[in-house]
Amino acid sequence: MIQHIRENRRLQGFLLILPAMFVMVTLLVIPLTLTVITSFGQRDADGNVIYTFTLENYWRLLGFTEQGWDDLYLRILLRSLWLAVQTTVIVILMAYPLAYFIARSPEKRRNFLLFLVLVPLWTNFVIRIYAWVMILRSQGVFNSTLGAMAGLLNVPFQPLDLYPSQTAVLIGMVYEFLPFMILPIYTSLEKIEPSLYEAAADLYANAFRTFWRVTVPLSMPGIVAGTILTFIPVIGTFVVSDILGGRQVILVGNLVQRQFLDARNPPFGAAASIILLVMTLVLTLYYTRRFGLGEEIAAG
Amino acid sequence: MSAKKRSPWLTLVSILVYFFLYAPIIVLIVFSFNASRTNVVFEGVVNQGPCGPFYWYCELFRNRSVMDATRNTLIIAFTSTVVSTIIGTMAALALQRYDFFGKKVSETALYFPIVTPEIVMGIGILVFFSAVFGWINTALALAPNQRLTMGLGTVIVSHIAFSIPFVTLVVRARLHGFDDRLEEAAMDLGANEFTTFRKVTLPLIAPGVLAGAMLAFTLSLDDFIITFFTTGPGATTLPIYVYGLLRRIVTPELNALSTIWVLVVLIVVAISQWFQRRE
Repeated sequence: MIQHIRENRRLQGFLLILPAMFVMVTLLVIPLTLTVITSFGQRDADGNVIYTFTLENYWRLLGFTEQGWDDLYLRILLRSLWLAVQTTVIVILMAYPLAYFIARSPEKRRNFLLFLVLVPLWTNFVIRIYAWVMILRSQGVFNSTLGAMAGLLNVPFQPLDLYPSQTAVLIGMVYEFLPFMILPIYTSLEKIEPSLYEAAADLYANAFRTFWRVTVPLSMPGIVAGTILTFIPVIGTFVVSDILGGRQVILVGNLVQRQFLDARNPPFGAAASIILLVMTLVLTLYYTRRFGLGEEIAAG
Repeated sequence: MSAKKRSPWLTLVSILVYFFLYAPIIVLIVFSFNASRTNVVFEGVVNQGPCGPFYWYCELFRNRSVMDATRNTLIIAFTSTVVSTIIGTMAALALQRYDFFGKKVSETALYFPIVTPEIVMGIGILVFFSAVFGWINTALALAPNQRLTMGLGTVIVSHIAFSIPFVTLVVRARLHGFDDRLEEAAMDLGANEFTTFRKVTLPLIAPGVLAGAMLAFTLSLDDFIITFFTTGPGATTLPIYVYGLLRRIVTPELNALSTIWVLVVLIVVAISQWFQRRE
């Protein structure tokens, strides 16, 4: 037996992958299959799942209810999508200059500057949201700072009503995922050969043209990786919207969570979860095909 | 990239982004010394009891739920890191250096969790465990106090599942360019497979394995969503505890907790950096 394993490299490889595959099948493949099966079911009066085959949950999510057209859930889906797009764009716009700045710093200082980007990530995800509650609430740090400044300049000041709101959710999302964009963009910028800039300059490209035609295209892998690392968590989260949005901002994540834990309608929650998964996979696939595979995910 | 010609605008924007990253952390730390219990407005530095300005820190250590949550968080993180690092490294070795039946499928299966929204995985595992536990409980007709429920076990198992792909990714990156001849040389010199692995392979891939383990540990410490759906009585972790507080009343105790958290992580990172330098 031992001798057989020793000589057969195919068998060795198979044995090495076996534990990982066992975990993936039990905790990914089977659970997702069960979710799909549940999503075709119904619930009884007590909130138990009746396993049948009905597409009713999906129709309801897409707006076709027994009572006629109702786009409540469709609007939730679109709102989540729109918020994820907004977050990703803002995060790219904020991350790029900083990543560029770090990549152009003296080599000795780069690691320290990167380290500074990572430190906020090491507080906890939930604690970071709490920090923004402290800043944004009506008597919070932001309003009292503005108030003090207005007092100095003798301008009348009305505290801004930022928490809870959709803006607060957006700020929280941007804050949570900014470092995940800075790291991969930096990695791809750092790899660019200095000689390419010299070549561009020799060919009489000005600074702007060099940036647009040399730097940006070469940093595309970083942007793609960062987008995947930002977009997917944002579209599925419910914590940021729950805490910073109060009851006003309901996203797919909140919908799924409430159907499972509060409304006790697992089949409907499962259907919402499957739509979220399909939406994410289709967009990721399209995006990576369009802009090239984000091989830098590994680096980030 | 060369270190020349940085426009002052770029420097200014970068400083502003750093400010955005750090303002919340500074607020968290400053307010941990707040005299106000409601913690909305800063009403001066607290000076109460034997701890003085560190009043909230002392309160924190007297808080049983916080201590329990800390213990749970660490148990989950350590266990899931050890198991996922071993399984993830084995998978990385298999994918990078071996050919076997079902390699392509395994590769796809391992990358799938990375592009799956966490809530989808969390819900799936919740559905799975409730089905399995429900079935076992009825089949064995267990008494209410013997029934299988969600708890530390389910959280640990779920953390192992979502960490494995990340460990594999990191270790594979390190295995890229691994020279097979080094192992062959060891074998030619009479070392058996075990010795070869221990003396040649492992030292070469150790930095990658360590990086993978660090990532798994961080992911586990930080995880909220999957833990939220797989936790049960007696398995509250710190993120879950903090989330619970946020929906009720928050005192500066939570700020003290955040401050200690940042400090501990900084110390751990400093130590690991020091170790890497020494190597």
